[in-house]
Amino acid sequence: MIFINGLTILLLYQLMGEVTVRWLDLPVPGPVLAMIMLFISLVVKGSTPSSLQSSANTILSHLSLLFIPAGVGIMVHFERLQNEWLPITIAVILSTVITLIFSAAVMLTMNKLFNFSGDSPEKPEECSAVKSLEQLQKELIENESDHG
Amino acid sequence: MAKENLTEIWVYLSASPLTGLTITLMAYSFAHRIYQASNSNPLLHPVLVSATLLISFLLLTNTSYEDYFTGSQYIHFILGPATVALAIPMYQQMSKIKKLWLPIMVTMISGVCVAAISSIFISRFLGASLETQMSLAPKSVTAPVAMGISEKIGGLPSLTAALVVITGILGAIMGTKILHLLKLKDHSIKGIAMGITAHGIGTARAFQVSSEMGAFSGLAMALATFTTAFILPYLVKWIGSYY
Repeated sequence: MIFINGLTILLLYQLMGEVTVRWLDLPVPGPVLAMIMLFISLVVKGSTPSSLQSSANTILSHLSLLFIPAGVGIMVHFERLQNEWLPITIAVILSTVITLIFSAAVMLTMNKLFNFSGDSPEKPEECSAVKSLEQLQKELIENESDHG
Repeated sequence: MAKENLTEIWVYLSASPLTGLTITLMAYSFAHRIYQASNSNPLLHPVLVSATLLISFLLLTNTSYEDYFTGSQYIHFILGPATVALAIPMYQQMSKIKKLWLPIMVTMISGVCVAAISSIFISRFLGASLETQMSLAPKSVTAPVAMGISEKIGGLPSLTAALVVITGILGAIMGTKILHLLKLKDHSIKGIAMGITAHGIGTARAFQVSSEMGAFSGLAMALATFTTAFILPYLVKWIGSYY
């Protein structure tokens, strides 16, 4: 039952995400917006419900399985791959190397620039972040009721 | 008589969702076992192995992808709730995000743009079609989200899924070597670079190096997913307006 409850929460959020994306005509995929909504809810709530935790663990532990049907779909694109194998191969290899080196360099520079050693006090920041999020949500709710 | 029966059974099986669903799970559990036996060798990634097995099977039995998908769509559907569930590991990294939020944010936004722009322009320069370019653009983020983005920006979700897996495997194989050549010592930096570039497959590799690198890679993967989903559709529109 715990698993079912968690799955229901995930599907409910996905439903909200899909509806919002269509309603507001957003360019983001519905499940991604739902992920953000759930993330904000968790930050506001301050903990993960055990039902959600158990369903998420079950689903995410075999994430690879879920993209097999789509991966097999590459057989539909064999012709495209035959025609465009060179640009695809070179783009994937070069872009992977470039992204890796670039992100490492930016992160290194930023760390040096701002001298982030990870020693900054954590607790006060946490409180202010949670507070400001709560305020934000309150404002959002107020705004919503104004419109309603 | 017996032959006719067999034909009838085959007709039933090739049209029933049961077959696609069963062979997908069989291929996956086999591939997963090989992967574990090989001590998580990225070249034997379960998606790569099971997709190869399944494609060979479908080609040998002359089954169309559409027939296969009538069964495997039930697995495909779970990608939605799985994407939503990614919020939970991200929430668990909250204390780290707060500590390093500024360097992480800057790296995330610039890294995501570089990943997309480099793949679009390199493939465009070498003569790839627009659909292929758009399928390549989200290749550095985790497959369920990459497929959703690909569909939104005019790519082919199934091509993207395959490219995502290939990028992850490449990143996992080359990543640790390149980062070693760069003489980087800080595991948080190495993890972030790995997570932005090679999503879950890279994260699995990072965990083999150290748990700190793995945690940061997982964090970067989640944040890059987020950032890419928001930036890429606008970035593509902006790039597109010049052509």
